[in-house]
Parts: sequence; C-alpha cells; structure tokens
Amino acid sequence: MPDCLTTQLPLRLVGGLTSGSIYALIALGYTLVYGVLQLINFAHSEVFMGGSLAGLLALEALTHHGAQTNAIFLFVALIPGMLAGGVVAIALERFAYRPLRRRGAARLSYLISAIGASLLLSNIVLLWRGRNFENFPATVAPVPILTLGNVQIYNRQIIIVVAMLIMTAGLDIFVRTSRAGKGIRAVAQDPETAGMMGVDINRVITVTFLLGGLLAGAAGVLYGMFFGVTRFDVGFIPGIKAFTAAVLGGIGNIRGALVGGLTLGVVENVGAGCCGNQWKDVIAFLVLVGVLMFRPTGLFGEGVGAKA
Amino acid sequence: MSILELQDVHVSYGNIEAVKGISLTVDEGEIVTLIGGNGAGKTTTLKTISGVRRAAPGTIVFDEERIDHMPSHEIVKRGVCQAPEGRRIFPRMSVRENLDMGAYSQKGTPPTEDYERVFTLFPVLRDRLSQAGGTLSGGEQQMLAIGRALMARPRLLLLDEPSMGLAPMFVEKIFSIIREINEQGTTILLVEQNAQMALQTASRGYVIESGEIVLEDRAAKLLTDERVKKAYLGEA
Repeated sequence: MPDCLTTQLPLRLVGGLTSGSIYALIALGYTLVYGVLQLINFAHSEVFMGGSLAGLLALEALTHHGAQTNAIFLFVALIPGMLAGGVVAIALERFAYRPLRRRGAARLSYLISAIGASLLLSNIVLLWRGRNFENFPATVAPVPILTLGNVQIYNRQIIIVVAMLIMTAGLDIFVRTSRAGKGIRAVAQDPETAGMMGVDINRVITVTFLLGGLLAGAAGVLYGMFFGVTRFDVGFIPGIKAFTAAVLGGIGNIRGALVGGLTLGVVENVGAGCCGNQWKDVIAFLVLVGVLMFRPTGLFGEGVGAKA
Repeated sequence: MSILELQDVHVSYGNIEAVKGISLTVDEGEIVTLIGGNGAGKTTTLKTISGVRRAAPGTIVFDEERIDHMPSHEIVKRGVCQAPEGRRIFPRMSVRENLDMGAYSQKGTPPTEDYERVFTLFPVLRDRLSQAGGTLSGGEQQMLAIGRALMARPRLLLLDEPSMGLAPMFVEKIFSIIREINEQGTTILLVEQNAQMALQTASRGYVIESGEIVLEDRAAKLLTDERVKKAYLGEA
C-alpha cells in the first residue's frame, strides 16, 4: 500500500474536506441556477472572486483605521463578501442573461454571454487592482485544535466546513419551506405552470441568483482567509472545480452539490497525495470527464425540486 | 354582465397561426364551454387568457380591465386561474405543496377553509396530503389540478380538458363537481373534447375549428345541432 492511502490518508482527507467545502458552496450556485433556467452560469467564478475581493477591501479598510484584525473580523468580512457576491450574481442575470431570455435566444448565446461577462469582470479587477496577488489581512490565526491520530486539524479548516454546513442547511430550509423557496422549486419543475399559479418567474430567477451569489461570496471570503491571497483570476480554478462538483453530484440537486463538492475535494487531495501535488487539477478534471462520459446525470441525477 | 371578453384574438407559433381571430364572452356565474377537435386551438386560447401566450393582435378584457399584455402572475392575482391541459401537477411536490402553489397569489398561509373547500369536493386529497404529486393516479391528479386552481380563489376558473384520460365513471364525477363549483359562485370556462358532457354541463357553448369559432349558441341547442352531432357527438 502506498503511504498516500495509509499514513498520509487522514491528512489528505481533512485537506480534501476543507477545499471540498469551498467547492460545495460555489457549486450550490451553479446547481440552483441550473435548476430554474437549465443554464450553466459560467460567470459564477467571478461572483466568487467578487466576494473575495469585497472581503479583502473591507478588511483593508478596517486595518487602515488601525484596528487589529482577529477572528471576529472574519465574520465582519463575510457580510460585505456575501453582499458583493449577491450583487454580482444579480447583475449578471440582469445584464448578461435576461436580455437573451426576453428574445428567446439559443443555448449557445448564453454560454458566449457568460464567458464575455466573466472576462469583463475579471479584467475590470485586473485593471483596478493589478495582476499581483494581494495579501488577505489575517483574521483567524491557524491553531491546531484537534488531533486525530497523526493529523492535526486546524481551527480554520473547521470554520470552513462548519460554515459550509450551516449555509447549506440554511439554504435547504429556505428552499423547502419559504414561499420564495416553493416558487424556486415550482419554476424548476414546470415554469409555465408556476407562472399560471401566480409565481413571478423573473423574481424567482433573481432570488435564485441572489442565493447562489451569497454563498459564492462567502466562499470567496473563506478562501481568502484560508489561502491568504486573492486577485482577479482567483475564481477561475475553484469555479470550474465547483462546476465539476455540481455535475458530479447531479446538477440541479442541492444535496448533490454538497456531496459532489466534498467528494471532489477528497478525491483530488488523496489523488494528489499518491501522484504528487502537481497532478491535483488533472485528477479533478479527470473526474469531470469521467462523470460526463459514464454518468452524466451525476450521483443524484434529478431536478432541484427532488431533494430541495 | 360579461366577466371575460375576447375580441378578435389571434395567436401564432412562429409562422403558424393557431388561433385566427376568435371572439367570445363569458358572463358572471356561467359555465361556458369551448369544444372542438384536436389542434383546433382550444388550449392555445386558454393559455392566452392566462398570459402564457400572447394575443397578437387581439384584446382580452377581464372584469373591465385589459389583461392581454399582463404576465401570468398578474392575471392570477386578478382572479383567473387555470387547471391546465395534462394537469401539470408539480411532480416532486407533495399534494399539500401543490395546493399551496395554487394559493401562491394569495400571499401568506392559505386559510383552513380554503383547504376544507377542496377536501369537501375531493375527499381523497385529504388522505394523500404528504404524497408526491407525481405518484397520484390520473384521476387524483385531475382532482388535485382543479383543487389547486381553486386555492387561488378564482372568480373565473379555466378548465382545460378535465375529462382527458379518465375512466367514464370518473368523467361523470368530475363534471358533477364542476357544476358544484359553479353553484358555489365561480364562473367557469371549460375546454373539452368530450362535447356531450361539456354541453350537458354548460349553459352556452362555442365550437372551434382550425382556430376559428364556427358556431355559438345555448348549450342545449348545440346538443341538437346537426353539424355538432355529426362532428363531435359521434352521431350520424
């Protein structure tokens, strides 16, 4: 047995669950939007980037005024990060997709519009903030607080996993029980009938983008806290990995996004342990190719209404 | 006093005109039926009243207000709700959630008496409350579709082929319930292929062929009309 599957395994699992939680938070946005519009919002990675940048700016503003950052500031940064994510997501829907929807455009037009919007947003940030990585002001100092066998689990990893679980549970409850949540599920199952029952479809779509944006914005801030940096293209790799996670879990399915995110995180981390870290992205995208080839409906292949 | 009035309504799918300038009125408290064969434009007409399709050109007036440019959800708010063709139950929602969707335009939790009204008409739904809509039988789904529309407290109920695919015994039952709903004060526009039942239930009827109204009269008179007998009642 190679040591990546024995002694190294616990360490890889913990790392995998941490990055997997970030993928899951982003994947929820892909899956929600797909559920109501059958559209992959390929500009969703910029929503994540926007959240991360807003968190950074908020923390910089606070440290600029002489405040000593500490763990509390993570929560302070999460608020602008989530709001920014929500705003970017709603703006995308409004300007990149809604005009196409009005005209009943073909699927390919949405994809091109998404790529265009993504390039536009990341280049605006490139021009504004430059191309160097910016340091994310420290919030939570890394402290090992749990030891499982030979592996230490850090407070930051636990924060990420717990934050993801809380937000996913909150989303699940919202979609299952709230009036807007019922509207989302109705539109996902049958938009025409939902309209005939009194659901304002445009409003449901806006709420859906907002929810996905809030979660991706939070993921952007958590990412900044954990990796300590952000810049214009920070959303690219997490974005496509989260897309992979959503497909792996079964696009359109909320629980699928959660399971898909965690699974992908674990698989790529354990795989990287066996093959070397430089293979991490290769492994993740092999998973994508494999799922698309052999089980395109993913692990839980059904609509968002099923589990939500 | 007419509650609904369609005037010279045309509806097209791309280059194909499915409804070619129909006009009809429904008076408050009536049951009016629109009968015709497959592809005659019945469903398109109902969808256009509900705002799913657009009249171009044409005007639709409900309760003295033009509704032909309103989005569906605004039309429901004004008191027009539909049990669509094929029932269109939300398959992965429970029976209760489907009923709640009917009340979506009402804001807030629907009052108990609204559920009770539906359960009185369709007692079987009470036993199926937590069952997923997609697992109901065809007849139960039809009851749920009508019950769901009633949850919107409509002043005008649009029914699109409520008898489709149902066993004869069930058809009788559905039509007697339709009469009951009407007696409770709801105006009904009923689209049917089952002309016999529809004309026995309605007070007035329109016959639609290839997107045009070819006959209109009191239902009792249409039942004895030679052309109707020949084309829709299966009599020589």
